[in-house]
Amino acid sequence: MAYAQVAVAHDDHSSHDDHKPHGWRRWVYATNHKDIGTMYLVFAGIMFFLGGSLAMLIRLELFRPGLQFFDPLFFNSLTTMHALIMIFGAIMPAWTGLANWQIPLQVGAPDMALPRLNNFSFWILPFAFLLLLSTFFVPGGAPAGGWTMYPPLMLQGGASFPMTIFAIHLMGASSILGAMNVIVTILNLRAPGMTLLRMPLFVWSWLITAYLLIAVMPVLAGAVTMLLTDHFFGTTFFTAAGGGDPVMFQHIFWFFGHPEVYILILPAFGIISEIIPTFARKPIFGYEAMVYAIASIAFLSFIVWAHHMFTVGMPLAGELFFMLTTMLIAIPTGVKVFNWCATIWKGSLTFEPPMLFALAFVFLFTIGGFSGVMLAIVPADFQYQDTYFVVAHFHYVLVPGTIFGIMAGVYYWLPKWTGHMYDQTLGKWHFWLSAIFVNVLFFPQHFLGLAGMPRRIPDYAVQFTDWNMVSSIGGFGFGLSQLLFPYLIWKCIKHGVPIGNRAWEGAHGLEWELPSPPPFHSWETPPTEAVLARAAVH
Amino acid sequence: MSALSSLPQASSIAPQVDTLFWFMVALCVIVVVGVLIAMVSYSVKYRRGSPADRSGRQAQSLGVELTWTLIPLALFIGVFTWSLFVFAKMRSPPPDSQTVYVVAKQWMWKTQHPGGQREINALHVPLGQPIRLTMTSEDVIHSFYVPAFRVKQDVLPGRYTELWFTATKLGSFPLFCAEYCGLDHARMGGNVVVMAPADYARWLDGNAGPQSLAVRGAALFRAHGCSGCHGANASVHAPDLDGLYGRWVQLADGSTVIADDRYIRDSILLPKKHVVAGFAPLMPSFSGQLSEEDLVALIAYLKSTARAASDPPAIGAESTHEHD
Repeated sequence: MAYAQVAVAHDDHSSHDDHKPHGWRRWVYATNHKDIGTMYLVFAGIMFFLGGSLAMLIRLELFRPGLQFFDPLFFNSLTTMHALIMIFGAIMPAWTGLANWQIPLQVGAPDMALPRLNNFSFWILPFAFLLLLSTFFVPGGAPAGGWTMYPPLMLQGGASFPMTIFAIHLMGASSILGAMNVIVTILNLRAPGMTLLRMPLFVWSWLITAYLLIAVMPVLAGAVTMLLTDHFFGTTFFTAAGGGDPVMFQHIFWFFGHPEVYILILPAFGIISEIIPTFARKPIFGYEAMVYAIASIAFLSFIVWAHHMFTVGMPLAGELFFMLTTMLIAIPTGVKVFNWCATIWKGSLTFEPPMLFALAFVFLFTIGGFSGVMLAIVPADFQYQDTYFVVAHFHYVLVPGTIFGIMAGVYYWLPKWTGHMYDQTLGKWHFWLSAIFVNVLFFPQHFLGLAGMPRRIPDYAVQFTDWNMVSSIGGFGFGLSQLLFPYLIWKCIKHGVPIGNRAWEGAHGLEWELPSPPPFHSWETPPTEAVLARAAVH
Repeated sequence: MSALSSLPQASSIAPQVDTLFWFMVALCVIVVVGVLIAMVSYSVKYRRGSPADRSGRQAQSLGVELTWTLIPLALFIGVFTWSLFVFAKMRSPPPDSQTVYVVAKQWMWKTQHPGGQREINALHVPLGQPIRLTMTSEDVIHSFYVPAFRVKQDVLPGRYTELWFTATKLGSFPLFCAEYCGLDHARMGGNVVVMAPADYARWLDGNAGPQSLAVRGAALFRAHGCSGCHGANASVHAPDLDGLYGRWVQLADGSTVIADDRYIRDSILLPKKHVVAGFAPLMPSFSGQLSEEDLVALIAYLKSTARAASDPPAIGAESTHEHD
């Protein structure tokens, strides 16, 4: 395998004359995709720990029945803010950060297509979250209506209500700008010869995700604006007394909300499809099937939304339609899982941290996916809807699914970004602790849901005590083990062992043809056909 | 799994829901364990440096992709069909079901029996008798959830939703609010008490209100002036309401609706919504003048005038008349 540095014509030149701004200007005025990517990832990391701390408080209160630590209002704020922070503050910015870092490197572009827009889309976020987090200090406290913001309950909110809505508007604007940038970059800045069906699957998954974002974030903005006008300007979109309909909000919200679920998971599918071939030393099985599967999932994600509302009392035809489409969406998802399994078949496997996270992703995501199919069966769903079974289901998809996907991606590309290999033993500790505790945390929640424990409650009937204790212990273990992650990254940056272009010998893709770390401006000259051929992912 | 098996099957639908559930669990376990076995065994067998045979590797195969697309599709169509039968049963209350009205508010369940018995955070029902709940909310969205019965239905402000069950076990079963409804959501609940029919009859006698729901409704019908227009001797040209309940009504816009609870409620609060063919839209709205409990009493009264009417419509039919 060739480790020699590729002849990118002016590598040496750019490394000492890269016009890199210094000091605070480098970050505030940043237009470089790598710097902006780093800021996104750091922001996401901070939000991950903040949202995680709220989750620890939730598990603390739920350790025993009765109210021990918090009043119910504060608890309800905790669940609402945990969700908003994790979804809009941790996961979505982490994906945009990874997109910023990787997409230009992977398609052979010098930068993102719209660098100033890129700066703007990032710098909206800190202000959005300052606004959201400051609600903890306003009269009435942080929003407590649930992240789904159902009226009429949400309309009972205090001063936090308009602040939350404006914060969501800002987050939405940031996401839309980021998504536009991704689409323009992928469609216009690919190196000559990098045809669509040669692109790495992470790029494919992000391209499709970006279209989903542009399609649904405005719908969310519309829904929350209607809430705002219902509250302050006398409209009655969702007020039954004025001829409105609270159920209409749910339809609009979930028309955003279900594609949103796939916005959170599709890039993870892409990352896993990069990592498994690298460590199996074998191309992905069924590359084109993987692309078509992502596209099918994206299409179907627009016509399954009302499975979040099976108990609301829809017409019979509606219930049946959404049951059927929801089952159908499991099919392309299953195709992906089976293709990942087929990729490791007859490979030559090693188990570095990214691979461990990727394999755990495949298995644990499958559990989350299947509990999703169980929820799709309407007559049985009446039993699980709004119980801890649902909480277990979506946390399996989002934690050992999305979060493991993000971590796998960071473990995979961290040597590329820093130029240093990290402490792999520590990474394996992080993996095993996370993988064990995440199951202790979320698996018992299936049992709680099946026994009838409703979600979003600070206090519960005594028959639910045992599994709640187990779940809380898993939660504390999972939370504490995450502290290894920033330590490992810090240690990697400070004391890591320098590494060559190709951090992983089995890795393919244009990013591995660049030095580690890549120069401030990379691919100023497009890669040659020979480089493209060597980097081909399938 | 101990959690679910410790949950009693206390309604006629529960065994069918559980059979479907356990089938799905089995299906999921087979696939999930299959994926696990494949991953672990490949990880061991094809670890780097192992002597395993690696010839005949493929990068893609249309046949394989089609196989794992079509087999799940066939399975899902099977499960879908099975679910249809269970679901049809869950949506069709038997004709002899007895109606109980439920009004939810932050954070309390109020139930009203036709005989005028009222309860708070409790519902007494006789064993083996199909019970049909007609529910509404005074404020935000709630959800009526009795895990032991495997039933759940959201309770919405401004409209009626329905739910039915036949209790098959004696005892007291927890009732929860499943839809997040604010501050004291966690404590919004109660018990459904299933009694032997004879005990239930005694309970009804012992808790009878001053008057039955229908009698109270008849009083309201007069007190609020409804009878002035809709009564038998009224001089105003308004539809006669005797025997209306459960019948089809021809509307001015050419459509037809069934005069069910929701229709009557809407006609009282939003009279311009369903104008009956041949009548002018003269009636004022009574929104704000009648509480949810008053509305329920008025409906019970109109129902009592239609005892001879045919079977109550299926729950599914309720949702077919659209609001817009």
